Amino acid sequence: MKILIVGGGMGGTIVANNLARRIGTEVRAGKAQITMLSASDRHMYQPGLLYTSIGRLAPDELYRDQRSLLEPEIEFHVDPVETFDLDNNRVVTKSGKTHSYDQLVIATGSRAAPETIPGLAENSVNCYTEAAALEMLRQVRDFKGGTVAVVVGVPHKCPMIPLEVTFVLHDYFKDKGIADKVQFQYTYPIGRLHALAPVADWAKGEFARLGINTTTLFNMKEVDGNKIVHSEEGETVDADLLISVPPHRGMEVIEKNEMGANGFIPTDRLSLRMEGRDNVYIVGDTTNLPISKAGSTAHFEAETVAENLAALIKFGTTVRDYDGKVFCFIEAGKERATYAMFDYNNPPAPKAPNKAVHWFKMAYNQLYWASARGLL
Amino acid sequence: MSERKIIDARGTYCPGPLMELIAAMKQAEVGDELEILSTDEGSVNDVPEWINKVGHEMVGTTQEGDVWHIVVRKAK
Repeated sequence: MKILIVGGGMGGTIVANNLARRIGTEVRAGKAQITMLSASDRHMYQPGLLYTSIGRLAPDELYRDQRSLLEPEIEFHVDPVETFDLDNNRVVTKSGKTHSYDQLVIATGSRAAPETIPGLAENSVNCYTEAAALEMLRQVRDFKGGTVAVVVGVPHKCPMIPLEVTFVLHDYFKDKGIADKVQFQYTYPIGRLHALAPVADWAKGEFARLGINTTTLFNMKEVDGNKIVHSEEGETVDADLLISVPPHRGMEVIEKNEMGANGFIPTDRLSLRMEGRDNVYIVGDTTNLPISKAGSTAHFEAETVAENLAALIKFGTTVRDYDGKVFCFIEAGKERATYAMFDYNNPPAPKAPNKAVHWFKMAYNQLYWASARGLL
Repeated sequence: MSERKIIDARGTYCPGPLMELIAAMKQAEVGDELEILSTDEGSVNDVPEWINKVGHEMVGTTQEGDVWHIVVRKAK
């Protein structure tokens, strides 16, 4: 069986490694083949960008060599896919090579798209790419005082970022000794401070304690050159430093191949198969599922897909469904954190933040690499 | 008007039904109807609150078992 994995991020890497451990014998015997196609020879730890944007994690610490993360049974090529020919079970890459498959996994991810809101790219900073995080660091470092506004587009990757970036910047300016010169204006698309009601309730108390102003039901329409953000709901927010969580889209290759609106592929919420396709699995941000676009989502989905692909070889059938599991750390400042864990049937019930969870998050910043290898 | 778009947000907590609706509304054309399926009773109030504030139209809300079907129309 030829298994082709498109995308070398968190989801694709865990699928490949988890699968290689399960079917290593079959691969070595020539009965199965695992191939990964990626756009890059490097693997980025994306959550680290928040720390890079305040100077706490150097850019080179965000990356590992992708080949070094993969089990030896995995054939790896830096050669991104340009054409998906799903009817004929094959893809064509940028270099012009054709790869056929029996089972296909698509884990190409998503990207921040500030250009989809007029004026947002020119007038705000964010921490979704290395270049953006370094620009954010420059503007944050040079900020002398005024209003810091946080604006949030939908959908977006990492649902905790709006709160985390607010708490982290609050502590940054406090440490810098200019907290009395900085006002925070936090905005959020729905009628509370976070999608998760218990997290929103907790944040409400924290923001009141810290003197952070809030505006809810605020969806960006456009940003003018004076850093005034106009909302779809007819309100405005002024900023001296505008921190954005831009709306996201799937990758262009998905849009160009007309596989899903905005680059998000219609996916069955339990089997994780692409709708209408029995041998195409979708993992991570690439799905159109209404669940968190987060590394943990990709991780848990990847484990499900890897187990099912191995089961197709060993049992001739898949053996389990994805249960909707998501786990998110929530940094509540520079030294406290909590977490939210939930699935399709169990709502989250986050505990009060503490130092222990913060230090575990710090440890996870390194443990991530074990996770990507499929060891954790 | 195109075919009514269904957004199945049953059993999802984050980003949740309203955020999914906001994202879908951006892609819709004026006059399109969207139907959101939610198991969160809060959606019965959250969705009309946003729809009314931004100036779209509520079409109706029905309950089937523990699932609420909330239909809205893009008005601008």
